[in-house]
Amino acid sequence: MSELFGHDTNQDGADNNQSLESQNHDAEAQMDSEGPRYSVGIDLGTTHSVLSYVDLHQSDDDVVQDVMAVPQLIAPGEVEEREQLPSFIYLPHEAEISEGETALPWTDKPDFLVGEIARNLGGKTPIRLVASAKSWLCHAGVDCKQAILPADGPDEVEKVSPFQATQAYLQHLVDAWVYKYPDADLAAQDVTITVPASFDPAARELTAEAARSVGLNQAILLEEPQSALYSWIENSEGDWRNHVNVGDIILVVDIGGGTTDLSLIAVTDQDGNLELNRVAVGDHILLGGDNMDLALAYAVKAKLEKDSGKRLAAWQIQSLTHACRDAKEQLFNDPELDNIPLVVANRGSSLIGGSLRTELTRDELNQILVEGFLPEVPVSEKPISRPRSGLRSQGLPYAQDAGITRHLAAFLTKQVAATDELDDIKLPEHASFLHPSAVLFNGGVLKAQVLAERLMTVINSWLQAEQAPDARLLQGADLDLAVARGAAYYGFVRKGKGVRIKGGTAASYYVGVESAMPAVPGMPPEIEALCIAPFGMEEGTEEALPDDVFGLVVGEPVRFRFFASKSRREDKVGTRLDFWTEDELEELDEIEITLPDEGRKAGEVVPVHLSAAVTEVGTLELHAVSQQDGQRWKIEFDVRAGEESS
Amino acid sequence: MNNVYSIDLSLRPTTFDLWHVCLAATVVLLAFILIAVLLSVLIGHRRCSRKAEQARQQMVENEPETRVVEKIVEVPVEKIVEKVVEVPGPAPEPVVLKEATPEAALQLLGMLQKEARFIDFIHEDVSQYGDADVGVAARVVHEGCKKVIDEHFSLATIRQETEGSKVTLAEGFNSAEIRLTGNIVGQPPFTGTLIHKGWRVTEFHLPKLTEKHDPKIIAPAEVEL
Repeated sequence: MSELFGHDTNQDGADNNQSLESQNHDAEAQMDSEGPRYSVGIDLGTTHSVLSYVDLHQSDDDVVQDVMAVPQLIAPGEVEEREQLPSFIYLPHEAEISEGETALPWTDKPDFLVGEIARNLGGKTPIRLVASAKSWLCHAGVDCKQAILPADGPDEVEKVSPFQATQAYLQHLVDAWVYKYPDADLAAQDVTITVPASFDPAARELTAEAARSVGLNQAILLEEPQSALYSWIENSEGDWRNHVNVGDIILVVDIGGGTTDLSLIAVTDQDGNLELNRVAVGDHILLGGDNMDLALAYAVKAKLEKDSGKRLAAWQIQSLTHACRDAKEQLFNDPELDNIPLVVANRGSSLIGGSLRTELTRDELNQILVEGFLPEVPVSEKPISRPRSGLRSQGLPYAQDAGITRHLAAFLTKQVAATDELDDIKLPEHASFLHPSAVLFNGGVLKAQVLAERLMTVINSWLQAEQAPDARLLQGADLDLAVARGAAYYGFVRKGKGVRIKGGTAASYYVGVESAMPAVPGMPPEIEALCIAPFGMEEGTEEALPDDVFGLVVGEPVRFRFFASKSRREDKVGTRLDFWTEDELEELDEIEITLPDEGRKAGEVVPVHLSAAVTEVGTLELHAVSQQDGQRWKIEFDVRAGEESS
Repeated sequence: MNNVYSIDLSLRPTTFDLWHVCLAATVVLLAFILIAVLLSVLIGHRRCSRKAEQARQQMVENEPETRVVEKIVEVPVEKIVEKVVEVPGPAPEPVVLKEATPEAALQLLGMLQKEARFIDFIHEDVSQYGDADVGVAARVVHEGCKKVIDEHFSLATIRQETEGSKVTLAEGFNSAEIRLTGNIVGQPPFTGTLIHKGWRVTEFHLPKLTEKHDPKIIAPAEVEL
């Protein structure tokens, strides 16, 4: 019986393989004959996801582009199409939603409740809401494939992993595409997925893996600030060359719902043509528009509690946060208004009486948001960081200093040498920070004129202090949808139809090796950082390290400490550092390799050297290569939550 | 006395004998007969009532004077049909009135309740409260209604002139778009004062509903655990 069974499965496997192969053939045939029809850009945002596409067949000089309206549940039983898919998952109790109320146009019962419905239901039941999964992907010390979200959910709630959540958002977008464009197989189109510039190699690899798991094997990754710049270039319809010149340094500031992402792009000359080089990216800063709404709500709450003498319940604060967000937008949109009344209505069916009323004034708004988040500080200021109070192991590492301008100042100061190797960029000798000459904004927060102006004022005050000309703001970007649009346009650019930003890896990478020093009793062995991948490694290149040989024990996992530097550009492969400042090198999660014992004896020591490659997808791959027979083993990034790191 | 039948309900028959077969067959047969009878009654009733309905409608259309018939619902169906047959001449085309889809209306109510607490507000006894309290609640309602309308409807004014200005309507103006009032005499072109500029929905979309969704529940009761 078991034999029969085994036989059967084998046959099934063969059939599957065949059908897969024939599918691949079909896809290839299609590609050969006409190439992919669309270039699809997916912005997997912390709070919203957007899918945009360019019709490659119809686009020539004019790009034909659209944003796909994503069908999604907005409440039990109600489906609506929206341009943005909120990146939330709600894990309902089995008795919470009746059968058939969660149907989508393409399925009777989706695996997860994704989108507007999740955000709506989760507002009232936060213990079942998965939010900010993307920030968890880049959170050191957490195993992203372990079911840990919602982080503050009780044990009874069946949790999901940050990786699964990313998969679910992608799956929803893929399903929506298949439903809306059944003739254009998404697996046969060009697909670009955006990631924060600050994502580490492990987070990039996880994103690429999630894409592969929903059938997007061909998807490539693109950094969000680059994508925003592509979108701006596309929007200018060829006019962008008149707005930037050789020698310009473009600062991209992307303040989204949950994160702030910074990048610097230098404009150089290449045989008479403008060339764009992404020269630096910032750290992963968990600070965004949601923090602003919360800050407003807590300020108003304090005012209300002082007036009424009663403490506000959690639902009242939540309702206040919503009201504050709307009031903020109204005040920012209409400079004539001085204050907006806020009402927190009773939850019961009697509406009149029992409602709390207060107001948000323009002064408060300016005080809290403009002064609180964009303070006027000298460029020498650093973000304030306090030692973490205990019991934070399961939370996200939110930025401690809300002053975005301080984070920006620290970034520009740290990257003062970012353009040293470019002949076209001339920085004055006395410059204490990298002088941007143009600024591009992205993210919903900067739609507010007041905030955008303040940010420009602060940047220009730094420039003026060093007698540099003011930076100019690059106009005409769609701050909400630019990242997805830019990603779709990037697919078009890759066909050789527009200017491409030169990027490569945004950091140099190192493994920690014990230095050959005599051991000192009572002291841990000194560690040296060995550079295995230099800064700016381009897609499709590989760098090997044949001279540094490690002995790996077959069958036993071996771990390396792993470091990244966003500022050491001069290090070549094989450079050993025995000293570095905390600013220069940032420790990432450990990497791990296990040599399988097939064909070898367990316990045998195999001499290997390391090799780093940047794939076409845009992820970093590390291999151990046997010195004996050239056999290769992949080194895994995703070994988070190791005993030491947590 | 050892022939006495003892009753033990916990016992189960271990053999399936002829008597059991007969018993089962009888049960199935009776059930079948019952269903058949019920079905035939149901179908007969349906047919009758449909005929009666048709007859009644035709009569109402043809001769409004005989409305009295409508009240005599108890009259045997055949009779009414006979009467209809007696009516001379071809029946005129029935006027088709569009039926408003109740689901869209319920959906809109649901959205207004969810975002604007519309039903809650309408059900309040406003006379009990002062203007200040009503004003506070009105803000909630206004804000929410605005959100619902803005999200689901695109609106445009029908006339772009400022209200109160003089407008001239040429011959053949669309009387559905423009309603004349007051001293309506003579022939177009008409000249008058624009009282209200009018609204037109240029575009709208409502959420789609899953098959099992009950739009009559415009706000579920909420229980916090």
